[in-house]
Amino acid sequence: MSRILVKGGRVVDPVVGVDDTLDLVIDGGKIGEVSKSIEANDVETTVEADGLIVAPGLVDIHVHLREPGNEDAETIESGARAAAHGGVTTVAAMPNTDPPIDSASWVEFVATRPAAVSVHPIAAITMGRRGKQLTEMSELRDAGAVAFSDDGCSVLDAGLMRRALDYARMVGLPVISHCEDPTLAGSGTANESYSSTRAGLTPVPAAAEEVMVARDIILARTTGARLHVAHISTAGSVELVRRAKADGVPITCETCPHYFSLTDEEVLSYDSSVRVNPPLRSAADVRAVRAGLADGTIDAVASDHAPHTHEDKEVEFDAAPPGMIGLETLLPVTLTHLVLEKVLDLNRAITLLTAGPAGVLGLAAGTLSPGANADVCIIDPTATRTIEPSWFVSKSRNSPWIGRELQGFAVTTIRRGEIVSAEYDRAGGDAGADTEDRARRRGKLAVHA
Amino acid sequence: MQWTRRHLLGLEGLGREEIVTVLDTATIFKEILDRPVKKVPTLRGVTIANLFFEASTRTRMSFELAEKRLSADTINFSASTSSVKKGETLRDTARNIEAMMVDMVVMRHSSAGAPHFLAKHIDASIINAGDGTHEHPTQALLDLFTMREHVGDLKGKKVVIVGDVLHSRVARSDVWGLCAMGADVALVGPTTFMPSEIEKMGAVVSHDLEEATAGADIVNILRIQRERQDGGFLPSLREYTRLFGVTAERVARMRDDVVIMHPGPINRGVELAPDVADGERSVILEQVTNGVAVRMAVLYLLSRVRASERTEETELLAEVKV
Repeated sequence: MSRILVKGGRVVDPVVGVDDTLDLVIDGGKIGEVSKSIEANDVETTVEADGLIVAPGLVDIHVHLREPGNEDAETIESGARAAAHGGVTTVAAMPNTDPPIDSASWVEFVATRPAAVSVHPIAAITMGRRGKQLTEMSELRDAGAVAFSDDGCSVLDAGLMRRALDYARMVGLPVISHCEDPTLAGSGTANESYSSTRAGLTPVPAAAEEVMVARDIILARTTGARLHVAHISTAGSVELVRRAKADGVPITCETCPHYFSLTDEEVLSYDSSVRVNPPLRSAADVRAVRAGLADGTIDAVASDHAPHTHEDKEVEFDAAPPGMIGLETLLPVTLTHLVLEKVLDLNRAITLLTAGPAGVLGLAAGTLSPGANADVCIIDPTATRTIEPSWFVSKSRNSPWIGRELQGFAVTTIRRGEIVSAEYDRAGGDAGADTEDRARRRGKLAVHA
Repeated sequence: MQWTRRHLLGLEGLGREEIVTVLDTATIFKEILDRPVKKVPTLRGVTIANLFFEASTRTRMSFELAEKRLSADTINFSASTSSVKKGETLRDTARNIEAMMVDMVVMRHSSAGAPHFLAKHIDASIINAGDGTHEHPTQALLDLFTMREHVGDLKGKKVVIVGDVLHSRVARSDVWGLCAMGADVALVGPTTFMPSEIEKMGAVVSHDLEEATAGADIVNILRIQRERQDGGFLPSLREYTRLFGVTAERVARMRDDVVIMHPGPINRGVELAPDVADGERSVILEQVTNGVAVRMAVLYLLSRVRASERTEETELLAEVKV
């Protein structure tokens, strides 16, 4: 395994409490020395990181890789490459595939597919995600599952959810709850607001999410089980989690980039790329989510990467499946809309993308401390780009960011000591002849034989 | 004349001048409909496709008649007979229509935004004939036309819309149009039928029919779909009628010259009592007649924009050749 020297970057590792211009050596897939001016002659690759940020590889605990069952939209292999392109070195894959991940053999399948980044399977809470019968949680854990979730829907039966939490506590893994009461959400496709009224789209009230967040907080308190609330999107949910944490309930939560950067007014375009579940919310909700990110109520930013084929999405708004791809825009949207807009400082933003989510699932990731897995995300904070469809590595293109400008991109991604994505070697779509110059100008990335 | 749009997707965003242009144009066309020969060659050579993905009788017939009065060539497509049932996407359907060199498309669809989707994908001018619970602009224009005939300039006039506003595309288009014209608009109905923050469109909301209709110049009554009582929106149709049904007794307490309107089809005895529907204050059948004239006006105005685009193209080509 190669030795890599990352030279002269701003090394940011909130876990160790480092934020300084330092060199970093990667050796045998692990982080080696991190200090000023390392002179190393025996390295195979030197990454000149002058002017760049050297952060732990990003951890995205909410992605849909669509395999098995919907390989047209994404595969584990393509999704992992997209992750690497976005600076993400660890993902947790949701089980709402076809068939769902509810048996040990499917957990092993997901965990062992060849992938450029670490892929951790999340297993279903109930068989077939039907909300009727618990999965064999201990066997699923032993096969590699890191959490349980019926993501895509709530476990509607409160009694069963209580048992699921109780049982998961024994198994020692968190339960991730997709909070949506279907009796309140109905067939809705847009946040209940002036926007849904204007657009004439069937509304989903904030209460559809908040009722379930409240229920699951109460059940977590009852059982003492570890509850993680997926993709919270409303001011009410943020407040419920804030109070629960203050009360000592064992709960964590995540939000997604689109819930702190886009509002429900987007639906007025009827562009199906903004059809997502939960729906984009109001400006007041966006402000509350931002406040929750800043004060520690929200533990992680996750992409909810949800690839859909062009054919599936190129339909009427309410006929389109919900979801947007997000692995590759996770970092730039966070940097553009939280750091540049001074909602968070860089350290807090990096925490929310690394140690925060790693902590939620207890994953050994999200730090650059010596001896840790050498998962590194090198960021050009000044790089700006108007997102084009061809820029994406994911098999799908359902992104609301197409045509919009973002700033702050991963330029080099290292996973377990291997460079798994680097701007300079990307073929096609990306600036073409300009690429080398760009690498020199921005990435200053030199590869020695 | 103030009209530069190539599509009519909704009344949101239309200004008073634009609406007045449509209504004035419709006045001219209405005169043609009184002639013995009710046909003009205005749209000769123009091909119009009527795409009805959702059942419709009166709107479809009204458009078809308007098109024929203008001498356009028309083709009809309805979901029950179409390839939609075979799983064809709207985009593919649209591309096929386009390949037939259609100039204009009149579209009814159950999904809000479907006409906007179509407008992004094909070159033809699109007229929204009702999309989900979003808008139904030609219905609102014929409502405005009928109102203007009876009460004159709508500025400052009090218009009450009664019923299921939540599920009504007509209500939304009416509110946009009436607000643009400067009318005072009140929406009346049960709380469960009021969409979120509808006041922001410029209307006031009331749950008291008698209070809201006192002094009203116009009362426009929306259709109550019978299945709404199953969705938990209403305890029963009977209860709805008790609170919001427009009966002769209630009309008697309104202004003597109040104008009673309904976009149809009527659920007699539910939202509107039969004797009111057929009574002397009702202009419901006039609305139907005016619908043809208003749709002729819309078709004409949109086709003129297309024609001028084509002229510009031709002139541009001529310049290039020189």
